[in-house]
Amino acid sequence: MTSAHIPTVKSLVSVWAALVVLTWTTVGVSYLELGELNVIVALAIAVFKASLVAWIFMGVRYSTQMTRLFVVAGLVWLSIMILITGGDYLTRGWDYQPQPWGNVKPMAANR
Amino acid sequence: MADISIPVEHTAETTATAIHLRHHFATAEQQLDAATLGMWTFLITEVLFFGGMFTAYAIYRSVYHDAFASTSRYMDVILGGTNTAVLICSSLSMAMAVRSAQLSRRKPLLISLLLTIAFGTAFLVIKAFEYHNKWVEGLVPGLHFDLSRYEVPQYAHEAQILFFLYFAMTGMHALHMVIGFGLLTYLLVQAYRNVYSAAYYTPVEMIGLYWHFVDVVWIFLFPLLYLIGHRQ
Repeated sequence: MTSAHIPTVKSLVSVWAALVVLTWTTVGVSYLELGELNVIVALAIAVFKASLVAWIFMGVRYSTQMTRLFVVAGLVWLSIMILITGGDYLTRGWDYQPQPWGNVKPMAANR
Repeated sequence: MADISIPVEHTAETTATAIHLRHHFATAEQQLDAATLGMWTFLITEVLFFGGMFTAYAIYRSVYHDAFASTSRYMDVILGGTNTAVLICSSLSMAMAVRSAQLSRRKPLLISLLLTIAFGTAFLVIKAFEYHNKWVEGLVPGLHFDLSRYEVPQYAHEAQILFFLYFAMTGMHALHMVIGFGLLTYLLVQAYRNVYSAAYYTPVEMIGLYWHFVDVVWIFLFPLLYLIGHRQ
Protein backbone atom coordinates (compact mmCIF):
# COMPACT_ATOMS: atom_id res chain seq x y z
CA MET A 1 0.00 0.00 0.00
CA THR A 2 1.07 3.58 -0.45
CA SER A 3 3.07 5.03 2.39
CA ALA A 4 1.76 8.56 1.77
CA HIS A 5 1.76 10.82 4.76
CA ILE A 6 -1.63 11.85 6.15
CA PRO A 7 -1.42 15.29 7.78
CA THR A 8 -3.10 15.81 11.15
CA VAL A 9 -6.03 18.22 11.47
CA LYS A 10 -3.97 20.11 14.04
CA SER A 11 -1.10 20.79 11.61
CA LEU A 12 -3.48 21.92 8.84
CA VAL A 13 -5.43 24.26 11.13
CA SER A 14 -2.15 25.63 12.57
CA VAL A 15 -0.94 26.53 9.08
CA TRP A 16 -4.30 28.16 8.32
CA ALA A 17 -4.12 30.21 11.57
CA ALA A 18 -0.53 31.24 10.82
CA LEU A 19 -1.56 32.36 7.31
CA VAL A 20 -4.45 34.45 8.67
CA VAL A 21 -2.20 36.07 11.31
CA LEU A 22 0.48 36.81 8.68
CA THR A 23 -2.14 38.37 6.39
CA TRP A 24 -3.22 40.70 9.21
CA THR A 25 0.46 41.45 9.92
CA THR A 26 1.28 42.34 6.32
CA VAL A 27 -1.79 44.60 6.07
CA GLY A 28 -0.89 46.25 9.40
CA VAL A 29 2.75 46.82 8.43
CA SER A 30 1.65 48.41 5.14
CA TYR A 31 0.07 51.26 7.15
CA LEU A 32 3.45 52.14 8.70
CA GLU A 33 5.81 54.54 6.94
CA LEU A 34 8.95 52.48 6.43
CA GLY A 35 10.05 53.73 3.04
CA GLU A 36 11.68 51.06 0.90
CA LEU A 37 11.48 48.67 3.84
CA ASN A 38 7.71 48.34 3.21
CA VAL A 39 8.40 46.45 0.00
CA ILE A 40 10.99 44.19 1.64
CA VAL A 41 8.77 43.33 4.62
CA ALA A 42 5.71 42.69 2.39
CA LEU A 43 7.73 40.37 0.13
CA ALA A 44 9.39 38.58 3.06
CA ILE A 45 5.98 37.83 4.62
CA ALA A 46 4.64 36.69 1.22
CA VAL A 47 7.61 34.33 0.74
CA PHE A 48 7.08 32.93 4.24
CA LYS A 49 3.34 32.42 3.63
CA ALA A 50 3.99 30.74 0.28
CA SER A 51 6.59 28.47 1.91
CA LEU A 52 4.07 27.43 4.57
CA VAL A 53 1.50 26.54 1.90
CA ALA A 54 4.07 24.61 -0.15
CA TRP A 55 5.67 22.87 2.84
CA ILE A 56 2.50 21.62 4.60
CA PHE A 57 -0.59 22.07 2.35
CA MET A 58 1.24 20.97 -0.81
CA GLY A 59 3.19 18.34 1.10
CA VAL A 60 6.74 19.21 -0.01
CA ARG A 61 7.75 18.23 3.53
CA TYR A 62 6.77 14.61 2.82
CA SER A 63 7.64 14.50 -0.87
CA THR A 64 10.44 12.58 -2.59
CA GLN A 65 13.91 14.07 -3.14
CA MET A 66 13.18 14.20 -6.87
CA THR A 67 10.05 16.31 -6.37
CA ARG A 68 11.94 18.70 -4.09
CA LEU A 69 14.70 19.02 -6.68
CA PHE A 70 12.08 19.99 -9.28
CA VAL A 71 10.52 22.57 -6.95
CA VAL A 72 13.92 24.18 -6.30
CA ALA A 73 14.77 24.06 -10.02
CA GLY A 74 11.56 25.96 -10.78
CA LEU A 75 12.55 28.69 -8.34
CA VAL A 76 16.04 28.88 -9.85
CA TRP A 77 14.57 29.40 -13.34
CA LEU A 78 12.20 32.03 -12.00
CA SER A 79 15.12 33.92 -10.43
CA ILE A 80 17.11 33.67 -13.69
CA MET A 81 14.20 35.30 -15.54
CA ILE A 82 13.78 38.10 -13.02
CA LEU A 83 17.49 38.80 -12.37
CA ILE A 84 18.73 38.75 -15.96
CA THR A 85 15.76 40.72 -17.36
CA GLY A 86 16.07 43.19 -14.49
CA GLY A 87 19.82 43.45 -14.99
CA ASP A 88 19.27 44.31 -18.65
CA TYR A 89 16.81 47.13 -17.89
CA LEU A 90 18.81 48.52 -14.97
CA THR A 91 22.02 48.83 -17.00
CA ARG A 92 20.45 50.37 -20.15
CA GLY A 93 20.96 53.87 -18.82
CA TRP A 94 24.71 53.40 -18.57
CA ASP A 95 26.41 55.78 -20.93
CA TYR A 96 28.62 53.44 -22.91
CA GLN A 97 29.41 54.30 -26.49
CA PRO A 98 31.48 51.77 -28.39
CA GLN A 99 34.09 53.25 -30.73
CA PRO A 100 35.37 51.69 -33.95
CA TRP A 101 39.00 50.59 -33.73
CA GLY A 102 40.03 53.20 -36.27
CA ASN A 103 39.00 56.07 -33.98
CA VAL A 104 41.18 54.96 -31.08
CA LYS A 105 44.12 57.29 -30.90
CA PRO A 106 47.59 55.79 -30.50
CA MET A 107 48.95 55.95 -26.96
CA ALA A 108 51.81 58.20 -28.04
CA ALA A 109 49.40 60.88 -29.31
CA ASN A 110 47.86 61.25 -25.86
CA ARG A 111 51.09 62.35 -24.26
CA MET B 1 5.88 -12.05 -14.42
CA ALA B 2 6.97 -13.40 -11.08
CA ASP B 3 4.38 -11.22 -9.41
CA ILE B 4 1.54 -13.38 -10.67
CA SER B 5 2.44 -16.23 -8.38
CA ILE B 6 2.55 -14.07 -5.24
CA PRO B 7 -0.62 -14.66 -3.23
CA VAL B 8 -2.55 -11.44 -2.66
CA GLU B 9 -5.03 -10.95 0.12
CA HIS B 10 -8.21 -9.74 -1.57
CA THR B 11 -9.61 -6.91 0.48
CA ALA B 12 -11.61 -3.94 -0.79
CA GLU B 13 -8.39 -1.93 -0.67
CA THR B 14 -6.27 -4.27 -2.78
CA THR B 15 -9.10 -4.50 -5.30
CA ALA B 16 -9.32 -0.71 -5.60
CA THR B 17 -5.54 -0.54 -5.99
CA ALA B 18 -5.64 -3.22 -8.68
CA ILE B 19 -8.30 -1.29 -10.64
CA HIS B 20 -6.39 2.00 -10.60
CA LEU B 21 -2.78 0.77 -10.86
CA ARG B 22 -1.60 1.21 -14.45
CA HIS B 23 0.40 -1.65 -15.89
CA HIS B 24 3.56 0.43 -16.41
CA PHE B 25 3.93 1.07 -12.67
CA ALA B 26 5.29 -1.53 -10.26
CA THR B 27 3.43 -0.28 -7.20
CA ALA B 28 0.69 2.19 -6.29
CA GLU B 29 3.29 4.19 -4.38
CA GLN B 30 5.46 4.53 -7.49
CA GLN B 31 2.39 5.62 -9.46
CA LEU B 32 1.53 8.31 -6.90
CA ASP B 33 5.14 9.57 -6.84
CA ALA B 34 5.15 9.81 -10.64
CA ALA B 35 1.85 11.70 -10.66
CA THR B 36 3.14 14.09 -8.01
CA LEU B 37 6.35 14.76 -9.94
CA GLY B 38 4.37 15.35 -13.15
CA MET B 39 1.98 17.74 -11.41
CA TRP B 40 4.88 19.72 -9.93
CA THR B 41 6.50 19.92 -13.37
CA PHE B 42 3.27 21.43 -14.69
CA LEU B 43 3.11 23.82 -11.73
CA ILE B 44 6.69 24.98 -12.46
CA THR B 45 5.59 25.97 -15.99
CA GLU B 46 2.77 27.87 -14.28
CA VAL B 47 5.27 29.57 -11.95
CA LEU B 48 7.18 30.78 -15.01
CA PHE B 49 3.95 31.82 -16.78
CA PHE B 50 2.92 34.05 -13.88
CA GLY B 51 6.61 34.87 -13.30
CA GLY B 52 6.73 36.65 -16.68
CA MET B 53 4.02 39.02 -15.50
CA PHE B 54 5.69 39.46 -12.12
CA THR B 55 8.93 40.33 -13.95
CA ALA B 56 7.10 42.92 -16.07
CA TYR B 57 5.56 44.33 -12.90
CA ALA B 58 8.95 44.58 -11.14
CA ILE B 59 10.57 46.34 -14.11
CA TYR B 60 7.76 48.83 -14.68
CA ARG B 61 7.57 49.59 -10.97
CA SER B 62 11.27 50.51 -10.98
CA VAL B 63 11.18 52.38 -14.32
CA TYR B 64 7.95 54.34 -13.59
CA HIS B 65 8.45 54.49 -9.83
CA ASP B 66 6.69 57.81 -9.17
CA ALA B 67 3.66 57.11 -11.36
CA PHE B 68 3.17 53.70 -9.76
CA ALA B 69 3.56 55.14 -6.28
CA SER B 70 0.84 57.72 -6.98
CA THR B 71 -1.45 54.99 -8.33
CA SER B 72 -1.32 52.29 -5.65
CA ARG B 73 -3.70 54.23 -3.43
CA TYR B 74 -6.57 53.48 -5.83
CA MET B 75 -6.39 49.78 -4.91
CA ASP B 76 -9.03 48.51 -2.47
CA VAL B 77 -7.09 47.03 0.48
CA ILE B 78 -10.26 45.95 2.35
CA LEU B 79 -11.63 43.89 -0.55
CA GLY B 80 -8.15 42.56 -1.43
CA GLY B 81 -7.48 41.57 2.19
CA THR B 82 -10.88 39.89 2.51
CA ASN B 83 -10.17 37.91 -0.64
CA THR B 84 -6.79 36.83 0.75
CA ALA B 85 -8.52 35.46 3.87
CA VAL B 86 -11.22 33.74 1.77
CA LEU B 87 -8.59 32.06 -0.39
CA ILE B 88 -6.62 30.87 2.67
CA CYS B 89 -9.84 29.29 4.00
CA SER B 90 -10.41 27.55 0.66
CA SER B 91 -6.86 26.17 0.83
CA LEU B 92 -7.59 24.74 4.30
CA SER B 93 -10.80 23.07 3.12
CA MET B 94 -8.92 21.67 0.09
CA ALA B 95 -6.23 20.23 2.38
CA MET B 96 -9.02 18.74 4.53
CA ALA B 97 -10.55 17.22 1.38
CA VAL B 98 -7.27 15.44 0.55
CA ARG B 99 -7.02 14.21 4.13
CA SER B 100 -10.62 12.93 4.07
CA ALA B 101 -9.92 11.06 0.84
CA GLN B 102 -6.76 9.52 2.33
CA LEU B 103 -8.86 8.26 5.25
CA SER B 104 -11.68 6.98 2.97
CA ARG B 105 -14.19 9.30 4.59
CA ARG B 106 -16.73 10.04 1.89
CA LYS B 107 -19.01 12.52 3.65
CA PRO B 108 -16.23 14.82 5.00
CA LEU B 109 -14.66 14.69 1.53
CA LEU B 110 -17.90 15.88 -0.11
CA ILE B 111 -18.37 18.63 2.50
CA SER B 112 -14.75 19.83 2.14
CA LEU B 113 -15.04 19.96 -1.64
CA LEU B 114 -18.31 21.91 -1.42
CA LEU B 115 -16.71 24.34 1.06
CA THR B 116 -13.74 24.84 -1.28
CA ILE B 117 -16.11 25.65 -4.16
CA ALA B 118 -18.09 28.00 -1.89
CA PHE B 119 -14.96 29.93 -0.79
CA GLY B 120 -13.77 30.09 -4.39
CA THR B 121 -17.13 31.49 -5.49
CA ALA B 122 -17.02 34.10 -2.71
CA PHE B 123 -13.56 35.13 -3.96
CA LEU B 124 -14.78 35.63 -7.52
CA VAL B 125 -17.91 37.52 -6.42
CA ILE B 126 -15.76 39.95 -4.40
CA LYS B 127 -13.41 40.21 -7.39
CA ALA B 128 -16.36 41.06 -9.66
CA PHE B 129 -17.41 43.88 -7.30
CA GLU B 130 -13.83 45.16 -7.35
CA TYR B 131 -13.69 45.14 -11.16
CA HIS B 132 -17.03 46.93 -11.25
CA ASN B 133 -15.72 49.64 -8.88
CA LYS B 134 -12.63 50.07 -11.05
CA TRP B 135 -14.88 50.64 -14.07
CA VAL B 136 -17.09 53.13 -12.23
CA GLU B 137 -14.02 55.02 -10.96
CA GLY B 138 -12.53 55.18 -14.45
CA LEU B 139 -9.49 53.01 -13.77
CA VAL B 140 -9.73 50.61 -16.71
CA PRO B 141 -6.83 51.34 -19.09
CA GLY B 142 -7.68 51.79 -22.74
CA LEU B 143 -11.45 51.52 -22.31
CA HIS B 144 -12.40 53.86 -19.50
CA PHE B 145 -9.50 55.66 -17.88
CA ASP B 146 -9.94 59.02 -16.18
CA LEU B 147 -6.79 60.96 -17.09
CA SER B 148 -7.85 64.07 -15.11
CA ARG B 149 -7.12 62.13 -11.91
CA TYR B 150 -3.42 62.91 -12.29
CA GLU B 151 -1.80 66.32 -11.96
CA VAL B 152 1.25 65.23 -13.91
CA PRO B 153 0.04 64.25 -17.43
CA GLN B 154 2.94 61.82 -17.85
CA TYR B 155 1.84 59.89 -14.74
CA ALA B 156 -1.63 59.36 -16.20
CA HIS B 157 -0.14 57.45 -19.12
CA GLU B 158 2.39 55.50 -17.08
CA ALA B 159 -0.21 54.64 -14.42
CA GLN B 160 -2.29 52.86 -17.05
CA ILE B 161 0.50 50.30 -17.29
CA LEU B 162 0.02 49.48 -13.61
CA PHE B 163 -3.70 48.97 -14.14
CA PHE B 164 -3.05 46.96 -17.27
CA LEU B 165 -0.80 44.66 -15.19
CA TYR B 166 -3.41 44.61 -12.42
CA PHE B 167 -6.14 43.39 -14.78
CA ALA B 168 -3.81 40.97 -16.59
CA MET B 169 -2.50 39.36 -13.40
CA THR B 170 -5.74 39.22 -11.40
CA GLY B 171 -7.60 38.25 -14.58
CA MET B 172 -5.27 35.30 -15.29
CA HIS B 173 -5.52 34.35 -11.62
CA ALA B 174 -9.34 34.46 -11.80
CA LEU B 175 -9.26 32.33 -14.96
CA HIS B 176 -7.20 29.74 -13.07
CA MET B 177 -9.86 29.72 -10.36
CA VAL B 178 -12.63 29.18 -12.92
CA ILE B 179 -10.66 26.22 -14.29
CA GLY B 180 -10.31 25.07 -10.67
CA PHE B 181 -14.10 25.08 -10.34
CA GLY B 182 -14.35 22.68 -13.27
CA LEU B 183 -11.77 20.38 -11.67
CA LEU B 184 -13.44 20.55 -8.24
CA THR B 185 -16.85 19.77 -9.77
CA TYR B 186 -15.30 16.70 -11.41
CA LEU B 187 -13.90 15.64 -8.02
CA LEU B 188 -17.30 16.22 -6.41
CA VAL B 189 -19.06 13.96 -8.93
CA GLN B 190 -16.41 11.24 -8.59
CA ALA B 191 -16.46 11.47 -4.80
CA TYR B 192 -20.25 11.20 -4.85
CA ARG B 193 -19.85 8.01 -6.90
CA ASN B 194 -17.49 6.79 -4.17
CA VAL B 195 -14.45 6.48 -6.45
CA TYR B 196 -11.89 7.80 -3.94
CA SER B 197 -10.55 5.93 -0.93
CA ALA B 198 -7.30 5.32 0.91
CA ALA B 199 -6.36 2.99 -1.95
CA TYR B 200 -6.85 5.61 -4.66
CA TYR B 201 -7.10 9.38 -4.18
CA THR B 202 -4.49 10.67 -6.69
CA PRO B 203 -6.86 13.10 -8.52
CA VAL B 204 -7.90 14.70 -5.23
CA GLU B 205 -4.28 15.25 -4.26
CA MET B 206 -3.21 16.55 -7.71
CA ILE B 207 -6.11 19.01 -8.01
CA GLY B 208 -5.33 19.99 -4.42
CA LEU B 209 -1.78 20.91 -5.52
CA TYR B 210 -3.24 23.02 -8.32
CA TRP B 211 -5.63 24.80 -5.97
CA HIS B 212 -2.88 25.57 -3.44
CA PHE B 213 -0.69 26.89 -6.26
CA VAL B 214 -3.44 29.34 -7.26
CA ASP B 215 -3.53 30.41 -3.60
CA VAL B 216 0.26 30.97 -3.63
CA VAL B 217 -0.04 33.22 -6.70
CA TRP B 218 -2.57 35.37 -4.84
CA ILE B 219 -0.30 35.46 -1.76
CA PHE B 220 2.20 37.36 -3.96
CA LEU B 221 -0.36 39.40 -5.92
CA PHE B 222 -1.98 40.83 -2.80
CA PRO B 223 1.05 42.66 -1.28
CA LEU B 224 2.49 43.69 -4.66
CA LEU B 225 -0.72 45.13 -6.14
CA TYR B 226 -2.64 46.25 -3.07
CA LEU B 227 -0.26 46.93 -0.21
CA ILE B 228 2.92 48.53 -1.54
CA GLY B 229 2.49 52.27 -1.44
CA HIS B 230 -1.28 52.29 -0.93
CA ARG B 231 -0.96 55.10 1.64
CA GLN B 232 1.05 57.46 -0.55
